Amino acid sequence: MEEIRNYTMNFGPQHPAAHGVLRLVLEMDGEVVVRADPHIGLLHRGTEKLAESKPFNQSVGYMDRLDYVSMMCSEHAYVRAVEKLLGIEAPVRAQYIRTMFDEITRILNHLMWIGSNALDLGAMAVFLYAFREREELMDCYEAVSGARMHATYYRPGGVYRDLPAQMPQYRASPWHKGADLARLNQWRQGSMLDFLDAFTADFPRKVDEYEELLTGNRIWKQRTVGIGVVSPEQAHAWGMTGPMLRGSGIAWDLRKKQPYAAYADVDFDIPVGTNGDCYDRYLVRVAEMRQSNRIIRQCVEWLRRNPGPVILDDHKVIPPHREEMKEDMEALIHHFKLFTEGYAVPAGECYSAVEAPKGEFGVYMISDGANKPFRVKLRAPGFAHLSSMDEIVRGHMLADVVAMIGTYDVVFGEIDR
Amino acid sequence: MLAELLLVLWTLAKVLAIVLPLVIAVAMFVYWERKVIGWMHVRMGPNQIGPLGLMQAFADVVKLLLKEIVVPTNANRFLFFLAPMLALVPALAAWAVIPFSDGLVLANINAGVLYLLAMTSMGVYGIILAGWASNSRYALLGAMRSAAQVVSYELAMGLALVCVLVLAGSLNLSDIVTAQSGGLLHWFWLPLLPMAVVYFISGVAETNRAPFDVAEGESEIVAGFHVEYSGSAFALFFLAEYANMILVAFLTSILFLGGWLSPFPATWGLIGHGSFFWLLAKAFVVAFLFLWFRASFPRYRYDQIMRLGWKVFIPIALVWVLVAGLLKYFHIVAPGA
Repeated sequence: MEEIRNYTMNFGPQHPAAHGVLRLVLEMDGEVVVRADPHIGLLHRGTEKLAESKPFNQSVGYMDRLDYVSMMCSEHAYVRAVEKLLGIEAPVRAQYIRTMFDEITRILNHLMWIGSNALDLGAMAVFLYAFREREELMDCYEAVSGARMHATYYRPGGVYRDLPAQMPQYRASPWHKGADLARLNQWRQGSMLDFLDAFTADFPRKVDEYEELLTGNRIWKQRTVGIGVVSPEQAHAWGMTGPMLRGSGIAWDLRKKQPYAAYADVDFDIPVGTNGDCYDRYLVRVAEMRQSNRIIRQCVEWLRRNPGPVILDDHKVIPPHREEMKEDMEALIHHFKLFTEGYAVPAGECYSAVEAPKGEFGVYMISDGANKPFRVKLRAPGFAHLSSMDEIVRGHMLADVVAMIGTYDVVFGEIDR
Repeated sequence: MLAELLLVLWTLAKVLAIVLPLVIAVAMFVYWERKVIGWMHVRMGPNQIGPLGLMQAFADVVKLLLKEIVVPTNANRFLFFLAPMLALVPALAAWAVIPFSDGLVLANINAGVLYLLAMTSMGVYGIILAGWASNSRYALLGAMRSAAQVVSYELAMGLALVCVLVLAGSLNLSDIVTAQSGGLLHWFWLPLLPMAVVYFISGVAETNRAPFDVAEGESEIVAGFHVEYSGSAFALFFLAEYANMILVAFLTSILFLGGWLSPFPATWGLIGHGSFFWLLAKAFVVAFLFLWFRASFPRYRYDQIMRLGWKVFIPIALVWVLVAGLLKYFHIVAPGA
């Protein structure tokens, strides 16, 4: 009798569930996965090298393009590294704005995740519901920075500018008119903080809506409970962070353990799972959305009461105002120097990490005293997570691999860097 | 000789009178599906081609017909082209025995239910052959899944039909409908409620629709058995799937919801009388459920579908065959007029 051979299947890089450019070589025994071999590198852009060949202040935009669904969190790690080396600290209002936008980013990321994970498992509706809310938050990105995704809003020394006093409104068009237009602009009558206030008041109801479709759904539970179990020991051994770690029951969160920005002053909880399966990680992320919502509300409250500068006034690091440049010779010189050669950073090295939505995103930076970093190493959470793929999906079925890719929340921008 | 020729022509005309509206119904159903799912997803659905996007389905047909059919290099060409036809022909042929109204049926045969079972089971050969002949691993997995799934649900479906046969005392679909006459409470959904549910869900599984669409399993095996098909060959699969869906909707209405019979008493004039429109309305509601499922449910895993079929549906169906027998034996449910 002829020997039965397992067969190899190429899952991606062009596959509806491959989340970007993941190429997964699966050795299959019928429907059961015997070995999974994730291949990476198809989106490698050499971000670290690019950052090493540019002045410190010109690489913030690259950070947006790493994890392109949690843009500002990556920026945050980078600007904090530069600030650490420079020995400066952003004004407290900027810290609150950063905290608020980190949490907006977390909701953005988790909305993307809940949508795509549900879509991978066949539930289409959640995806489109999640994008409806994402659109509102994207507008916040656009309102502060002019860009919906790649914001470059955080700068070493603060944030680019203060929050707008008027939230941009929809204009009448053949698609949005009459009552529809009024509904869309209902929250946008006041400032951006008013808008966020209205959004966060409504958002828990929207999360209930997603949960209505998924949490109690028998099919959803059958597809996720007991699938891709990561034990706490494994999670430690694989260097997992973020919801992957918390889903296994370890309450580790940099926002609590090593508070940065304004996290020490806001009140929030760390949700943890118990079984470490896909379902627990789903619950953790949903709970995190609610917690983020809480943090945003507190930040909105604080920011309303405390006006002030949002960026340092040190023109050796921060570009001067345009008006100043028209009259003041020195301002013009500062501007010219900053935008041609940047600034020199004292020699030294530092590691700055933030709790990005996917886990610990860290920037390790060495400066040799020049205007460019000597070395930049980016620690992407997704890379550590993806490397555990083989061990976790072995013995699962093909459909579970899809569930697992979804629960890793892989984004290739950060994995390939 | 002339008489025979006329008979053949007359039969052909009747066949066309069923197939053409069916194909148009499929086109409109696809449009309706996209619209309904669009509304459920807070988006608009097709709205560009024709008024309200009504011509969208026809534009899609034209697009598909004009496209090249790409045949994979190592595919078995004969089977590759045979497969879509094998899928479509039974899907259309099954309509021969559907009674649209009292006496309005192409072939009023006494073994109508058996014929239907035979035809709906044939469709899976098209899927298996398509998966095998395209020489693609995704397609092969899809074919494998589909074969296992259809075989298991065929059983539950068959047992549900047995219950109907026991109560109606006939294999003729027209007789099954007349056996239900007497009003809403005489229809078979009431004594056979679990079976009506089992039959409909098995129908959803047989037609490979969400949440049982593992044979296509978009996010797992891309498009499953028809991943290598394009152009008009793909269109045939598409047509077969939707024709089957509408067929299941019609059958559920005929077997459990009193077919063309009206739920209102005959004294109510026009709406009190049974007509084709009643059947259409019932089938429309049932078909809507297909879309509703698709818009809201996640997809089952392949082994979970097997478990549902074998460990839940078949035991229920077996028990209910007994219940149906008892109902009949003790004259609790007697066929109407």
